[in-house]
Amino acid sequence: MSGLGGLYLVLIILLVVVDFQYASWSDIRESLSDERVVFSIYLSLITCSLAAILSIWVAVPTGYVLARLGRDAIQRHLGQKPWLNRLAQFLRHLVDTILDIPIVLPPLVVGISLLVLFQTPVGRSIDHATQSFFSWAGFPGIRGITYEIPAIILAQFTVAAAFAIRTMRNTFEQIDDRPELVALTLGARRFRVFHSVALPQAWPGTVAAFTLAWARSLGEFGPILIFAGTARMKTEVLSTTVYLNFQFGNLRGAVVASLILISVAVVVLVATRLLLLSGRKGGLR
Amino acid sequence: MIRISELAIGQGDFRLEDVNLSLPDQCYAILMGPTGCGKTTLIEAICGLRPICNGSIYLGNHNVTNQAAFDRNVGYVPQDSVLFPTMRIDHQIEFALVVRKMAKNDRRQRVAELADLLGIGNILKRFPQGLSGGERQRVALARALAFRPQLLCLDEPLSALDASTKSQISSLLKRVHAQEKVTVLHITHNPTEAVELGTIVFRMVDQKIVQTSS
Repeated sequence: MSGLGGLYLVLIILLVVVDFQYASWSDIRESLSDERVVFSIYLSLITCSLAAILSIWVAVPTGYVLARLGRDAIQRHLGQKPWLNRLAQFLRHLVDTILDIPIVLPPLVVGISLLVLFQTPVGRSIDHATQSFFSWAGFPGIRGITYEIPAIILAQFTVAAAFAIRTMRNTFEQIDDRPELVALTLGARRFRVFHSVALPQAWPGTVAAFTLAWARSLGEFGPILIFAGTARMKTEVLSTTVYLNFQFGNLRGAVVASLILISVAVVVLVATRLLLLSGRKGGLR
Repeated sequence: MIRISELAIGQGDFRLEDVNLSLPDQCYAILMGPTGCGKTTLIEAICGLRPICNGSIYLGNHNVTNQAAFDRNVGYVPQDSVLFPTMRIDHQIEFALVVRKMAKNDRRQRVAELADLLGIGNILKRFPQGLSGGERQRVALARALAFRPQLLCLDEPLSALDASTKSQISSLLKRVHAQEKVTVLHITHNPTEAVELGTIVFRMVDQKIVQTSS
């Protein structure tokens, strides 16, 4: 068993090593002095962070509700009415399944679906409202959502949030709910219980969900390609830089962009691990 | 007076029917019964943590049957203390007072008073990890008493303790009851505890409650 794990570890290391061997340091330096590459690095960092923050904002309360609406809780609250109990269980499973759809859908399908959604009257009105908002906020260059920077964030968020919700749900499911029940008897309302008792215990899970959402957003490609396009210096993120370079026969450029992508991902993963460790030392578990 | 009449609780296939119980003010009531007879279910229903099918619960003149747990003014100490894992001990004790927006000085005074009564002054700045069973039970008691509840429900508070700690906590419960003047409902299946602590003893027989001594 450990041998298989070892082989997988070797595979990952090999993938990184061959990339580093293929491109020289001068290639990397040259790429980093290219303003288009620098733009895509900045845009990737900004959009990934925004998508991850949005994902956590949605995932924490959603994961909590899904975890606490388990079989026991439903029975505790609706145990006296079996038909209502069954309906609640069914709705819970339905919501759970719908939230898993972005995980199982092929990425291109997510992009196409987003594109179609923003062709509907509702989507168009959201597009117009977004354009007005950005004009008012002093960014007249952002003309709505589709094929603009907000499209990148929305495409990343659509997939990343599903992973974050799943992580937060598992986190809250592993947390004993009895302290929360005791907090209720002490006079705390539901939100207070969530905020003061449940959430501090979910700190490691929240960091893990944020990291997952961030990493997922960084590697997102298909939905961005379809929904945001690959306009250089406009909607080009690192994953699309890899694609564009490869598409134009610049394999070395594609490998260098991949190496930058890997380096950024490793820095964030290490920083997250350190944050988790410092949280543990501070008494959070 | 705490009055429970014709209470019915359903939990899956398990049902408690027609439960009646009257507790005089400031009594120390013991409720005995074998494991699995529904003692914890009953205490959770009294605390508002479990819905009831039928019947009523009165705390004094207030009908709290349909009130949420956070509005009931019932203190609850679960079987294994169940402290908040990420909260410092002094913050756990003042939690109910913070929720009630009590002034900071009054909160500190109440925490100090309880810490003194329960002998936990030395652990107030610690987190629950690493506390002994006896210390955890004292903290859980302080936390439940902080807001001066009308009724204090104790779910087998001595069952997980070793003999010497059990005797310490037992004397402490007597002292707390005398000093805080709170009505206590204490669940146990240990007759010695009942004799030692109870001013009134009930027994659950065939899912009905009968008074055995007072």
